[in-house]
Amino acid sequence: MTSAGGTLTNAKAKAKAAAPAAAGRAARLDVEAIRRDFPILRQTVHGRPLVYLDNAATSQKPQAVIDAVTRYYGAENSNVHRGVHFLSEQATQAYEGVRGTVREFLNAAEDREILFVRGTTEGINLVAQSYGRAALRAGDEVVISGMEHHSNIVPWQMVCEATGAVLRVVPITDAGEVELEVYERLLNARTRLVAIVHISNVLGSINPVKQMIAMARRWNARVLVDGAQAVPHLPVDVRDLDCDFYVFSGHKLLGPTGIGILYGRAELLEGMPPYQGGGDMISSVTFEKTRYNTIPYKFEAGTPHIAGAIGLGAAIDYVQGVGLDRIAAYEDELLGYGTAALSAIPGLRLIGTAPAKAAVLSFVLDDAHAHDVGTILDREGVAIRAGHHCAMPLMQRFGVPATARASLAFYNTRDEIDALVRAIQKVKEIFG
Amino acid sequence: MSDLRDLYQEVLLDHNRRPRNFQKLEGANRTAEGYNPLCGDQITVYMKLEDDVIRDISFQGSGCAISKSAASMMTAALKGKTRGEAEALFQHFHNMLTGKPGAEGGTEALGKLAVFAGVCEFPIRVKCATLPWHTLHAALEGKGEPVSTE
Repeated sequence: MTSAGGTLTNAKAKAKAAAPAAAGRAARLDVEAIRRDFPILRQTVHGRPLVYLDNAATSQKPQAVIDAVTRYYGAENSNVHRGVHFLSEQATQAYEGVRGTVREFLNAAEDREILFVRGTTEGINLVAQSYGRAALRAGDEVVISGMEHHSNIVPWQMVCEATGAVLRVVPITDAGEVELEVYERLLNARTRLVAIVHISNVLGSINPVKQMIAMARRWNARVLVDGAQAVPHLPVDVRDLDCDFYVFSGHKLLGPTGIGILYGRAELLEGMPPYQGGGDMISSVTFEKTRYNTIPYKFEAGTPHIAGAIGLGAAIDYVQGVGLDRIAAYEDELLGYGTAALSAIPGLRLIGTAPAKAAVLSFVLDDAHAHDVGTILDREGVAIRAGHHCAMPLMQRFGVPATARASLAFYNTRDEIDALVRAIQKVKEIFG
Repeated sequence: MSDLRDLYQEVLLDHNRRPRNFQKLEGANRTAEGYNPLCGDQITVYMKLEDDVIRDISFQGSGCAISKSAASMMTAALKGKTRGEAEALFQHFHNMLTGKPGAEGGTEALGKLAVFAGVCEFPIRVKCATLPWHTLHAALEGKGEPVSTE
């Protein structure tokens, strides 16, 4: 799949072009200094230093994010948008300021294209229920891939059920890449919407989303990209991708839980009906007629997760400070080290071997079930995830009931990979 | 490491490697499916129940070492037992795993099944060990719906 590889190469080339010193600096990414910013990493688990390799589930939080949330509740707490008093003005400024931070982060055109939601799941449901229900007719087609998280499958099944639209699924290869030729053939005049994951949470595959979006454009289909696993690991430019919707969660990007972002093109958002009704999303209410607020507020009913948004802003500032280009280069090197180390273990099979891959190592062992692997690793202080990772169709595709998954972040080290390998040896001792 | 050895005892590992009664049971008049959505463990229990006596019992499915060995040892323990004896054993087993008072009294009745006592120290794995028993219960009740640990 040269096309998928091409995307990674492009991303890297772009990163290099944007910051010529990136490659040189990447080698000097001071991981020990970075680790000091994450207080949770200092602890021991079952008497051993914590080795946190469950970053695809959620990332740890730097002190800067914890401080931002504490500062908000300690000194700035107030409701946004409605107050005339000092604190409310401060809170509104801080909250709306983050919208600008996110716009820059994604290179969106306007602040009003950035919607605060609870997370990726809510963002996808918003698009499915608001855009999908209004735009889909019986016989229309929605295209997803075989490596989607349940959150990018079930909302589409629900809207298809409600509208009579048909869900089509693009198969994936043994290495864990989208079968692009099949995808291209699947697109047709009835294709209304494509919903595709940017980076697979199980396989780590980096999908060639830019190319896939261009293909969908030929049929005038809209495209939503699930960026939950992508934003923490590579620079994302929604205008360069040319996507219609881009969704991600704050908590996988060093931010708090309960806050996420839905980017949508302004002209699409303007035409979409509200998702939820309530305060803040209206401009006037009488019992006869309610006028909805302008975007983005039309989609933000009720008091939002203000502290979460402020924490997300601090998280993005932190990530930008380190530099996503450097993060991507460092993680890529760590992934290479981890891939080699795990591949050398007899009886271990890596699930997800796409050339264009982010730092996720899913594996199965001949003799031990993933769940047992997870328990034994935990006793060695190594936190991984075991199970179907909310991607049961993908497990079926690879013929495994579950996988063990180590997912890396830029605060992980080679020593931690070594600890993972030693812990897997313990599994083999017990089950051997 | 010592508590891991308490969990993964040799008997248990042996049943995991070579599960007993691991096939579909011809002539079964009771079956039930069990499922643990958290980890994807899936089990089907087949049973030949006559006059409230379990004449024969078997299972199929996929799961971790705990659930697989628990299913294997359960089927071995239940052949020839009455419905009441099977349910009582489940209660003792459950009490032992959840550390409920009176658990000690039941350990004797559990016999070989006492090997699962170590699971108590791993709360997240209790459901793995009890899944086969919940499925057994559903089979005894003759419920058509698959049981879930959630």
